Amino acid sequence: MLRRRIIACLDVADGRVVKGTRFVDLVDEGDPPELAARYADEGADELVFLDITAAPEARATLLDVVERTARRAFIPLTVGGGVRSVDEMRLVLRAGADKVALNTAAVADPELVARCGRAFGRQAVMVAIDARRVVDAATAAPRWEVLVRGGRDATGVDAVDWAVRVAELGAGELLVTSIDRDGTQSGYDTELLRAITARVSVPVIASGGASGPADFIAAVTEGGADAVLAASIFHRRIHALEDIKRAMLRAGIPVRATTGVAA
Amino acid sequence: MTARGPLASTLGLRAPALGLWAPATERRLIAHAPPGLRIAVVDHGAGNLVSIEQALTFVGADVRVATGPDDLADAEAIVVPGVGAAAPAMERLSRAGLVDPLLRWIALGRPYLGICLGLQLLFDGSDEDGAATFGVIPGRTVILEDAPTLPHIGWNQVELRRDHAMFAGIATGTDLYFVHSYAGRPAGVRADAVTLAETEHGSRFVSAVDHGNVLGVQFHPERSGSAGLRLLGNFTRWATALAAGAGAERSPIGAGGTSGGD
Repeated sequence: MLRRRIIACLDVADGRVVKGTRFVDLVDEGDPPELAARYADEGADELVFLDITAAPEARATLLDVVERTARRAFIPLTVGGGVRSVDEMRLVLRAGADKVALNTAAVADPELVARCGRAFGRQAVMVAIDARRVVDAATAAPRWEVLVRGGRDATGVDAVDWAVRVAELGAGELLVTSIDRDGTQSGYDTELLRAITARVSVPVIASGGASGPADFIAAVTEGGADAVLAASIFHRRIHALEDIKRAMLRAGIPVRATTGVAA
Repeated sequence: MTARGPLASTLGLRAPALGLWAPATERRLIAHAPPGLRIAVVDHGAGNLVSIEQALTFVGADVRVATGPDDLADAEAIVVPGVGAAAPAMERLSRAGLVDPLLRWIALGRPYLGICLGLQLLFDGSDEDGAATFGVIPGRTVILEDAPTLPHIGWNQVELRRDHAMFAGIATGTDLYFVHSYAGRPAGVRADAVTLAETEHGSRFVSAVDHGNVLGVQFHPERSGSAGLRLLGNFTRWATALAAGAGAERSPIGAGGTSGGD
Protein backbone atom coordinates (compact mmCIF):
# COMPACT_ATOMS: atom_id res chain seq x y z
CA MET A 1 0.00 0.00 0.00
CA LEU A 2 1.21 3.49 -0.84
CA ARG A 3 2.52 5.24 2.26
CA ARG A 4 1.61 8.75 3.34
CA ARG A 5 4.83 10.71 3.26
CA ILE A 6 6.47 13.02 5.76
CA ILE A 7 8.50 15.68 4.03
CA ALA A 8 11.12 17.85 5.69
CA CYS A 9 11.31 21.30 4.17
CA LEU A 10 14.42 23.44 3.91
CA ASP A 11 13.59 27.10 3.23
CA VAL A 12 16.85 28.52 1.96
CA ALA A 13 17.87 32.19 1.81
CA ASP A 14 21.39 33.24 0.85
CA GLY A 15 22.58 29.63 1.13
CA ARG A 16 21.30 29.09 4.69
CA VAL A 17 18.21 27.32 5.98
CA VAL A 18 15.87 29.89 7.51
CA LYS A 19 12.38 29.87 8.92
CA GLY A 20 10.00 32.72 9.43
CA THR A 21 6.43 33.26 10.50
CA ARG A 22 3.91 33.85 7.72
CA PHE A 23 6.92 34.17 5.39
CA VAL A 24 8.65 37.02 7.30
CA ASP A 25 10.93 37.48 10.37
CA LEU A 26 13.45 34.92 9.15
CA VAL A 27 15.62 33.05 11.67
CA ASP A 28 18.77 31.10 10.71
CA GLU A 29 18.28 27.35 11.20
CA GLY A 30 21.46 25.87 9.72
CA ASP A 31 23.36 24.55 6.69
CA PRO A 32 21.18 22.93 3.95
CA PRO A 33 23.35 19.84 3.28
CA GLU A 34 23.80 19.18 7.02
CA LEU A 35 20.08 19.33 7.69
CA ALA A 36 19.33 17.22 4.58
CA ALA A 37 21.63 14.47 5.84
CA ARG A 38 20.14 14.65 9.32
CA TYR A 39 16.55 14.36 8.09
CA ALA A 40 17.34 11.51 5.69
CA ASP A 41 18.92 9.64 8.57
CA GLU A 42 16.00 10.33 10.90
CA GLY A 43 13.48 8.83 8.47
CA ALA A 44 12.18 11.73 6.37
CA ASP A 45 10.52 10.27 3.27
CA GLU A 46 11.44 13.19 1.08
CA LEU A 47 13.09 16.61 1.12
CA VAL A 48 11.87 19.88 -0.32
CA PHE A 49 14.39 22.69 -0.80
CA LEU A 50 12.80 26.08 -1.40
CA ASP A 51 15.05 28.96 -2.37
CA ILE A 52 12.68 31.52 -0.89
CA THR A 53 14.59 34.61 -1.96
CA ALA A 54 15.04 33.53 -5.60
CA ALA A 55 11.72 34.70 -7.03
CA PRO A 56 11.49 38.03 -5.18
CA GLU A 57 15.07 38.84 -6.14
CA ALA A 58 14.56 37.52 -9.69
CA ARG A 59 17.69 35.41 -9.81
CA ALA A 60 18.46 31.79 -10.52
CA THR A 61 18.33 29.05 -7.90
CA LEU A 62 21.51 28.55 -5.97
CA LEU A 63 22.62 25.55 -7.98
CA ASP A 64 25.71 24.84 -5.95
CA VAL A 65 23.75 24.58 -2.71
CA VAL A 66 21.25 22.32 -4.49
CA GLU A 67 24.09 20.13 -5.65
CA ARG A 68 25.68 19.84 -2.21
CA THR A 69 22.29 19.08 -0.71
CA ALA A 70 21.40 16.44 -3.34
CA ARG A 71 24.63 14.56 -2.65
CA ARG A 72 23.95 14.27 1.05
CA ALA A 73 20.70 12.32 0.96
CA PHE A 74 19.59 9.19 -0.91
CA ILE A 75 15.93 10.18 -0.73
CA PRO A 76 13.93 12.27 -3.23
CA LEU A 77 14.69 15.97 -3.42
CA THR A 78 12.39 18.65 -4.81
CA VAL A 79 13.79 22.10 -5.49
CA GLY A 80 11.75 25.26 -5.87
CA GLY A 81 12.50 28.93 -6.25
CA GLY A 82 13.46 30.95 -9.27
CA VAL A 83 12.74 28.39 -12.02
CA ARG A 84 11.16 30.27 -14.93
CA SER A 85 11.89 28.12 -17.99
CA VAL A 86 12.44 24.57 -19.26
CA ASP A 87 16.16 25.34 -19.52
CA GLU A 88 16.35 26.52 -15.91
CA MET A 89 14.48 23.40 -14.83
CA ARG A 90 17.00 21.27 -16.72
CA LEU A 91 19.86 22.90 -14.80
CA VAL A 92 18.18 22.21 -11.47
CA LEU A 93 17.50 18.55 -12.37
CA ARG A 94 21.08 18.18 -13.55
CA ALA A 95 22.26 19.57 -10.21
CA GLY A 96 20.56 16.56 -8.58
CA ALA A 97 16.92 17.48 -7.99
CA ASP A 98 14.32 14.81 -8.76
CA LYS A 99 11.47 17.29 -9.06
CA VAL A 100 11.12 21.02 -9.47
CA ALA A 101 8.47 23.14 -7.76
CA LEU A 102 7.04 25.98 -9.86
CA ASN A 103 5.21 28.81 -8.16
CA THR A 104 5.48 32.49 -9.18
CA ALA A 105 6.59 31.67 -12.72
CA ALA A 106 3.65 29.30 -13.24
CA VAL A 107 1.14 31.99 -12.25
CA ALA A 108 2.77 34.43 -14.68
CA ASP A 109 2.94 31.83 -17.46
CA PRO A 110 0.67 28.79 -16.83
CA GLU A 111 1.83 27.11 -20.05
CA LEU A 112 5.25 26.74 -18.37
CA VAL A 113 3.73 23.85 -16.39
CA ALA A 114 2.79 22.07 -19.62
CA ARG A 115 6.16 22.73 -21.27
CA CYS A 116 8.10 21.41 -18.27
CA GLY A 117 5.82 18.35 -18.08
CA ARG A 118 6.41 17.54 -21.73
CA ALA A 119 10.17 17.95 -21.38
CA PHE A 120 10.73 15.94 -18.19
CA GLY A 121 7.50 14.05 -17.50
CA ARG A 122 4.75 15.33 -15.22
CA GLN A 123 6.13 13.44 -12.24
CA ALA A 124 9.04 15.89 -12.19
CA VAL A 125 6.76 18.95 -12.07
CA MET A 126 5.41 20.05 -8.70
CA VAL A 127 3.36 23.22 -8.50
CA ALA A 128 3.60 25.09 -5.21
CA ILE A 129 0.53 27.09 -4.27
CA ASP A 130 0.74 29.70 -1.52
CA ALA A 131 -2.85 30.31 -0.46
CA ARG A 132 -4.39 32.93 1.84
CA ARG A 133 -7.90 32.71 3.22
CA VAL A 134 -10.20 35.53 2.15
CA VAL A 135 -13.67 36.32 3.42
CA ASP A 136 -16.37 36.00 0.84
CA ALA A 137 -18.87 38.60 2.08
CA ALA A 138 -21.68 37.27 -0.12
CA THR A 139 -21.63 33.57 0.80
CA ALA A 140 -19.55 33.50 4.01
CA ALA A 141 -18.05 30.30 2.58
CA PRO A 142 -14.28 29.86 2.86
CA ARG A 143 -12.25 30.92 -0.14
CA TRP A 144 -8.52 31.14 -0.76
CA GLU A 145 -6.44 33.42 -2.93
CA VAL A 146 -3.08 32.59 -4.56
CA LEU A 147 -0.12 34.73 -3.49
CA VAL A 148 3.20 34.88 -5.34
CA ARG A 149 6.74 36.18 -4.82
CA GLY A 150 7.13 34.47 -1.47
CA GLY A 151 3.73 35.60 -0.24
CA ARG A 152 4.35 39.25 -1.14
CA ASP A 153 1.86 39.74 -3.98
CA ALA A 154 -1.82 38.85 -4.09
CA THR A 155 -3.02 37.65 -7.50
CA GLY A 156 -6.79 37.48 -7.13
CA VAL A 157 -6.59 33.91 -8.51
CA ASP A 158 -8.74 31.36 -6.63
CA ALA A 159 -6.43 28.71 -5.12
CA VAL A 160 -8.79 25.76 -5.73
CA ASP A 161 -9.43 26.74 -9.36
CA TRP A 162 -5.70 27.21 -9.83
CA ALA A 163 -5.00 23.73 -8.39
CA VAL A 164 -7.45 22.16 -10.82
CA ARG A 165 -5.98 24.12 -13.73
CA VAL A 166 -2.33 23.21 -13.10
CA ALA A 167 -3.24 19.56 -12.58
CA GLU A 168 -4.87 19.65 -16.03
CA LEU A 169 -1.89 21.46 -17.51
CA GLY A 170 0.48 18.72 -16.37
CA ALA A 171 1.54 19.21 -12.75
CA GLY A 172 2.37 15.83 -11.21
CA GLU A 173 1.99 16.95 -7.61
CA LEU A 174 0.76 20.00 -5.66
CA LEU A 175 2.42 21.59 -2.64
CA VAL A 176 -0.33 23.54 -0.88
CA THR A 177 0.84 26.03 1.74
CA SER A 178 -1.51 28.00 3.95
CA ILE A 179 0.13 31.38 4.42
CA ASP A 180 -2.19 32.09 7.34
CA ARG A 181 -0.83 29.05 9.17
CA ASP A 182 2.81 29.07 8.00
CA GLY A 183 5.20 29.09 10.95
CA THR A 184 2.35 29.64 13.43
CA GLN A 185 2.13 26.05 14.70
CA SER A 186 -1.66 26.33 14.70
CA GLY A 187 -2.31 23.24 12.52
CA TYR A 188 -2.73 22.72 8.78
CA ASP A 189 -5.66 24.38 7.01
CA THR A 190 -7.57 21.14 6.49
CA GLU A 191 -10.50 22.94 4.85
CA LEU A 192 -8.18 24.29 2.16
CA LEU A 193 -6.63 20.84 1.71
CA ARG A 194 -10.01 19.11 1.47
CA ALA A 195 -11.26 21.69 -1.04
CA ILE A 196 -8.30 20.83 -3.28
CA THR A 197 -7.98 17.07 -2.74
CA ALA A 198 -11.69 16.71 -3.56
CA ARG A 199 -11.06 18.22 -6.99
CA VAL A 200 -7.73 16.74 -8.20
CA SER A 201 -6.31 13.22 -8.56
CA VAL A 202 -2.63 14.19 -8.37
CA PRO A 203 -0.94 13.84 -4.98
CA VAL A 204 -1.34 16.86 -2.65
CA ILE A 205 1.24 17.85 -0.04
CA ALA A 206 -0.01 19.74 3.04
CA SER A 207 2.14 22.61 4.26
CA GLY A 208 1.98 25.42 6.77
CA GLY A 209 1.11 25.23 10.46
CA ALA A 210 2.44 21.95 11.89
CA SER A 211 2.73 21.87 15.66
CA GLY A 212 2.56 18.19 16.50
CA PRO A 213 1.54 14.65 15.49
CA ALA A 214 -2.20 15.45 15.69
CA ASP A 215 -1.81 18.01 12.89
CA PHE A 216 -0.13 15.47 10.59
CA ILE A 217 -2.96 13.03 11.24
CA ALA A 218 -5.60 15.70 10.57
CA ALA A 219 -3.93 16.75 7.31
CA VAL A 220 -4.40 13.17 6.06
CA THR A 221 -7.71 12.16 7.62
CA GLU A 222 -9.51 15.50 7.36
CA GLY A 223 -7.58 17.19 4.55
CA GLY A 224 -7.05 14.11 2.38
CA ALA A 225 -3.36 14.98 1.95
CA ASP A 226 -1.04 12.38 0.41
CA ALA A 227 2.01 13.85 2.10
CA VAL A 228 2.62 16.26 4.95
CA LEU A 229 5.43 18.79 5.02
CA ALA A 230 6.95 20.60 7.97
CA ALA A 231 9.99 22.75 8.68
CA SER A 232 10.33 24.52 12.03
CA ILE A 233 9.20 21.67 14.26
CA PHE A 234 11.96 19.51 12.75
CA HIS A 235 14.65 22.23 12.68
CA ARG A 236 14.02 23.03 16.33
CA ARG A 237 13.65 19.36 17.30
CA ILE A 238 10.19 20.05 18.77
CA HIS A 239 9.09 16.64 17.49
CA ALA A 240 11.13 13.73 16.18
CA LEU A 241 10.14 12.36 12.77
CA GLU A 242 9.96 8.93 14.33
CA ASP A 243 7.42 10.03 16.95
CA ILE A 244 5.19 11.59 14.30
CA LYS A 245 5.32 8.41 12.21
CA ARG A 246 4.50 6.30 15.24
CA ALA A 247 1.47 8.48 16.05
CA MET A 248 0.28 8.28 12.44
CA LEU A 249 0.61 4.49 12.47
CA ARG A 250 -1.43 4.33 15.67
CA ALA A 251 -4.10 6.41 13.92
CA GLY A 252 -4.23 3.78 11.16
CA ILE A 253 -2.32 5.82 8.57
CA PRO A 254 0.19 3.77 6.56
CA VAL A 255 3.69 5.26 6.78
CA ARG A 256 7.06 3.96 5.64
CA ALA A 257 8.80 1.67 8.05
CA THR A 258 12.47 2.49 8.18
CA THR A 259 13.36 -1.08 9.07
CA GLY A 260 13.13 -3.99 6.62
CA VAL A 261 16.79 -4.00 5.69
CA ALA A 262 18.91 -6.68 7.28
CA ALA A 263 21.95 -5.28 9.08
CA MET B 1 40.43 -2.10 -12.48
CA THR B 2 41.05 1.13 -14.29
CA ALA B 3 41.21 4.50 -12.57
CA ARG B 4 37.93 5.95 -11.43
CA GLY B 5 35.88 7.78 -14.02
CA PRO B 6 36.01 11.53 -14.30
CA LEU B 7 32.62 11.82 -12.69
CA ALA B 8 33.63 10.18 -9.43
CA SER B 9 36.66 12.43 -9.08
CA THR B 10 34.65 15.53 -9.95
CA LEU B 11 32.16 14.72 -7.25
CA GLY B 12 34.92 13.82 -4.82
CA LEU B 13 33.02 10.65 -4.04
CA ARG B 14 35.91 8.25 -3.51
CA ALA B 15 34.46 5.50 -1.37
CA PRO B 16 36.76 5.82 1.67
CA ALA B 17 35.79 9.46 2.10
CA LEU B 18 32.09 8.75 2.07
CA GLY B 19 31.93 7.52 5.63
CA LEU B 20 32.61 11.05 6.82
CA TRP B 21 29.31 12.37 5.64
CA ALA B 22 27.10 9.39 5.05
CA PRO B 23 24.09 8.99 7.29
CA ALA B 24 24.67 6.27 9.85
CA THR B 25 22.33 3.72 8.28
CA GLU B 26 24.00 4.10 4.90
CA ARG B 27 27.51 4.20 6.31
CA ARG B 28 27.16 0.58 7.47
CA LEU B 29 26.57 -0.57 3.90
CA ILE B 30 29.95 0.62 2.67
CA ALA B 31 31.65 -2.32 4.31
CA HIS B 32 29.79 -4.61 1.89
CA ALA B 33 30.87 -2.79 -1.25
CA PRO B 34 32.85 -4.71 -3.87
CA PRO B 35 35.75 -2.98 -5.64
CA GLY B 36 35.09 -0.75 -8.65
CA LEU B 37 32.94 -2.61 -11.17
CA ARG B 38 32.88 -0.45 -14.30
CA ILE B 39 29.25 0.57 -14.79
CA ALA B 40 28.08 2.64 -17.75
CA VAL B 41 25.06 4.78 -16.85
CA VAL B 42 23.23 5.57 -20.08
CA ASP B 43 22.30 9.24 -20.51
CA HIS B 44 19.24 9.73 -22.68
CA GLY B 45 19.00 13.41 -21.94
CA ALA B 46 16.14 13.73 -19.45
CA GLY B 47 16.78 15.02 -16.02
CA ASN B 48 18.69 13.85 -13.03
CA LEU B 49 21.65 11.50 -13.46
CA VAL B 50 23.35 12.75 -10.32
CA SER B 51 21.28 10.54 -8.01
CA ILE B 52 22.06 7.26 -9.75
CA GLU B 53 25.72 8.19 -10.31
CA GLN B 54 26.24 9.06 -6.67
CA ALA B 55 24.36 6.00 -5.40
CA LEU B 56 26.33 3.56 -7.60
CA THR B 57 29.58 5.30 -6.68
CA PHE B 58 28.55 5.06 -3.05
CA VAL B 59 28.27 1.27 -3.27
CA GLY B 60 31.74 1.14 -4.79
CA ALA B 61 31.15 1.08 -8.55
CA ASP B 62 33.35 2.91 -11.03
CA VAL B 63 30.68 4.94 -12.81
CA ARG B 64 30.91 6.45 -16.26
CA VAL B 65 28.11 8.30 -18.06
CA ALA B 66 27.53 6.87 -21.55
CA THR B 67 26.35 9.29 -24.21
CA GLY B 68 27.50 7.18 -27.19
CA PRO B 69 28.56 3.62 -28.14
CA ASP B 70 32.26 4.28 -27.39
CA ASP B 71 31.40 4.86 -23.75
CA LEU B 72 30.21 1.23 -23.47
CA ALA B 73 33.53 -0.18 -24.72
CA ASP B 74 35.09 -1.26 -21.43
CA ALA B 75 31.93 -1.32 -19.31
CA GLU B 76 31.22 -4.44 -17.25
CA ALA B 77 27.59 -3.60 -16.53
CA ILE B 78 25.03 -1.16 -17.90
CA VAL B 79 22.43 0.81 -15.97
CA VAL B 80 19.67 2.59 -17.89
CA PRO B 81 17.91 5.02 -15.55
CA GLY B 82 15.36 7.65 -16.36
CA VAL B 83 11.86 8.95 -15.89
CA GLY B 84 9.36 10.32 -18.34
CA ALA B 85 8.06 9.08 -21.65
CA ALA B 86 9.44 6.39 -23.95
CA ALA B 87 9.32 8.17 -27.32
CA PRO B 88 11.75 11.02 -26.57
CA ALA B 89 14.10 8.57 -24.82
CA MET B 90 14.05 6.13 -27.80
CA GLU B 91 14.62 9.05 -30.14
CA ARG B 92 17.66 10.27 -28.21
CA LEU B 93 19.08 6.76 -27.78
CA SER B 94 18.62 6.17 -31.48
CA ARG B 95 20.25 9.48 -32.42
CA ALA B 96 23.18 8.66 -30.11
CA GLY B 97 23.62 5.28 -31.86
CA LEU B 98 22.96 3.44 -28.60
CA VAL B 99 19.91 1.28 -29.42
CA ASP B 100 21.74 -1.49 -31.34
CA PRO B 101 24.71 -1.66 -28.94
CA LEU B 102 22.27 -1.98 -26.00
CA LEU B 103 20.32 -4.76 -27.76
CA ARG B 104 23.58 -6.58 -28.55
CA TRP B 105 24.69 -6.22 -24.92
CA ILE B 106 21.43 -7.75 -23.73
CA ALA B 107 21.56 -10.55 -26.33
CA LEU B 108 25.05 -11.45 -25.13
CA GLY B 109 23.67 -11.95 -21.64
CA ARG B 110 25.75 -9.21 -20.08
CA PRO B 111 24.51 -7.56 -16.86
CA TYR B 112 21.89 -4.84 -17.38
CA LEU B 113 19.71 -2.95 -14.91
CA GLY B 114 16.84 -0.80 -16.12
CA ILE B 115 15.35 1.66 -13.64
CA CYS B 116 11.83 3.08 -14.12
CA LEU B 117 11.82 4.16 -17.79
CA GLY B 118 14.92 1.96 -18.26
CA LEU B 119 12.73 -1.02 -17.27
CA GLN B 120 9.77 0.07 -19.42
CA LEU B 121 12.02 0.30 -22.50
CA LEU B 122 12.63 -3.46 -22.30
CA PHE B 123 9.04 -4.20 -23.36
CA ASP B 124 7.64 -4.18 -26.93
CA GLY B 125 6.13 -0.71 -26.77
CA SER B 126 4.51 1.95 -24.61
CA ASP B 127 0.86 2.99 -24.46
CA GLU B 128 2.01 6.36 -23.11
CA ASP B 129 2.99 7.66 -26.53
CA GLY B 130 2.86 4.63 -28.81
CA ALA B 131 6.65 4.33 -29.02
CA ALA B 132 8.14 1.00 -30.11
CA THR B 133 10.76 0.00 -27.53
CA PHE B 134 13.43 -2.72 -27.19
CA GLY B 135 11.18 -5.78 -27.46
CA VAL B 136 13.38 -7.80 -25.11
CA ILE B 137 10.50 -8.78 -22.80
CA PRO B 138 7.11 -9.57 -24.41
CA GLY B 139 4.41 -7.17 -23.25
CA ARG B 140 3.63 -3.47 -23.18
CA THR B 141 3.99 -0.48 -20.91
CA VAL B 142 0.47 0.43 -19.78
CA ILE B 143 -1.14 3.00 -17.47
CA LEU B 144 -1.67 1.97 -13.83
CA GLU B 145 -5.29 0.81 -13.67
CA ASP B 146 -7.69 1.97 -10.93
CA ALA B 147 -4.98 4.07 -9.30
CA PRO B 148 -6.44 6.30 -6.55
CA THR B 149 -3.80 8.95 -7.34
CA LEU B 150 -1.73 9.46 -10.48
CA PRO B 151 1.18 9.80 -10.82
CA HIS B 152 1.96 7.05 -8.30
CA ILE B 153 4.43 9.00 -6.15
CA GLY B 154 5.89 7.80 -2.89
CA TRP B 155 7.08 4.82 -0.90
CA ASN B 156 5.25 1.58 -1.56
CA GLN B 157 5.75 -2.06 -0.69
CA VAL B 158 7.65 -4.34 -3.04
CA GLU B 159 6.40 -7.90 -2.69
CA LEU B 160 8.89 -10.46 -3.88
CA ARG B 161 7.59 -13.35 -5.96
CA ARG B 162 10.93 -15.16 -6.00
CA ASP B 163 14.39 -14.88 -4.49
CA HIS B 164 17.05 -13.07 -6.44
CA ALA B 165 20.56 -11.93 -5.55
CA MET B 166 19.51 -8.33 -6.22
CA PHE B 167 17.08 -8.49 -3.26
CA ALA B 168 19.44 -10.25 -0.84
CA GLY B 169 18.85 -8.85 2.66
CA ILE B 170 15.78 -6.90 1.53
CA ALA B 171 12.64 -8.37 3.05
CA THR B 172 9.51 -8.83 0.97
CA GLY B 173 7.19 -5.91 1.68
CA THR B 174 10.01 -3.37 2.04
CA ASP B 175 9.03 0.20 1.10
CA LEU B 176 10.83 1.64 -1.92
CA TYR B 177 10.31 4.92 -3.76
CA PHE B 178 8.14 5.13 -6.90
CA VAL B 179 7.46 8.02 -9.29
CA HIS B 180 5.50 6.95 -12.38
CA SER B 181 2.09 6.62 -14.03
CA TYR B 182 2.86 3.69 -16.36
CA ALA B 183 4.39 0.26 -15.80
CA GLY B 184 5.47 -2.65 -17.99
CA ARG B 185 3.00 -5.54 -18.15
CA PRO B 186 4.68 -8.82 -19.16
CA ALA B 187 2.65 -10.92 -21.61
CA GLY B 188 2.80 -14.43 -23.05
CA VAL B 189 3.96 -17.75 -21.65
CA ARG B 190 6.94 -16.28 -19.80
CA ALA B 191 4.97 -13.50 -18.06
CA ASP B 192 5.11 -15.18 -14.65
CA ALA B 193 8.69 -16.30 -15.15
CA VAL B 194 9.99 -12.75 -15.65
CA THR B 195 7.98 -11.28 -12.75
CA LEU B 196 10.31 -10.83 -9.81
CA ALA B 197 8.19 -8.51 -7.66
CA GLU B 198 4.79 -6.84 -7.59
CA THR B 199 3.35 -3.72 -5.96
CA GLU B 200 -0.18 -2.52 -5.43
CA HIS B 201 -1.60 0.92 -6.18
CA GLY B 202 -5.28 0.52 -7.01
CA SER B 203 -4.33 -2.65 -8.81
CA ARG B 204 -1.29 -4.90 -8.82
CA PHE B 205 1.57 -4.12 -11.20
CA VAL B 206 4.98 -5.64 -11.87
CA SER B 207 7.63 -3.68 -9.95
CA ALA B 208 10.71 -5.81 -10.74
CA VAL B 209 11.64 -8.22 -13.52
CA ASP B 210 14.49 -10.55 -14.36
CA HIS B 211 15.01 -12.08 -17.76
CA GLY B 212 18.34 -13.85 -18.12
CA ASN B 213 20.85 -11.26 -16.98
CA VAL B 214 18.53 -8.37 -17.69
CA LEU B 215 17.09 -6.88 -14.51
CA GLY B 216 14.58 -4.09 -14.19
CA VAL B 217 12.97 -2.19 -11.31
CA GLN B 218 10.07 0.25 -11.52
CA PHE B 219 11.03 2.02 -8.27
CA HIS B 220 14.08 4.24 -7.81
CA PRO B 221 16.71 2.45 -5.70
CA GLU B 222 18.92 5.56 -5.93
CA ARG B 223 16.26 7.48 -4.00
CA SER B 224 15.09 4.68 -1.71
CA GLY B 225 17.40 5.27 1.25
CA SER B 226 19.40 2.40 2.72
CA ALA B 227 17.19 -0.35 1.19
CA GLY B 228 17.81 1.12 -2.26
CA LEU B 229 21.55 1.37 -1.68
CA ARG B 230 21.56 -2.25 -0.59
CA LEU B 231 19.82 -3.26 -3.82
CA LEU B 232 22.37 -1.35 -5.91
CA GLY B 233 25.19 -2.92 -3.91
CA ASN B 234 23.63 -6.36 -4.54
CA PHE B 235 23.37 -5.61 -8.27
CA THR B 236 27.01 -4.52 -8.32
CA ARG B 237 28.16 -7.69 -6.55
CA TRP B 238 26.00 -9.90 -8.78
CA ALA B 239 27.34 -8.22 -11.92
CA THR B 240 30.91 -8.45 -10.60
CA ALA B 241 30.49 -12.20 -10.17
CA LEU B 242 29.13 -12.46 -13.72
CA ALA B 243 32.00 -10.43 -15.13
CA ALA B 244 34.50 -12.56 -13.21
CA GLY B 245 32.87 -15.71 -14.60
CA ALA B 246 34.02 -14.48 -18.04
CA GLY B 247 30.86 -15.64 -19.69
CA ALA B 248 30.61 -19.01 -17.95
CA GLU B 249 27.57 -17.89 -15.99
CA ARG B 250 26.00 -15.91 -18.76
CA SER B 251 22.70 -17.03 -20.08
CA PRO B 252 22.30 -15.50 -23.52
CA ILE B 253 18.78 -14.75 -24.56
CA GLY B 254 17.34 -13.78 -27.85
CA ALA B 255 16.85 -10.03 -28.06
CA GLY B 256 14.27 -10.26 -30.75
CA GLY B 257 11.80 -7.60 -31.73
CA THR B 258 12.36 -4.09 -32.84
CA SER B 259 15.65 -2.32 -33.04
CA GLY B 260 14.50 1.17 -32.39
CA GLY B 261 11.64 3.56 -32.22
CA ASP B 262 12.68 6.21 -34.72
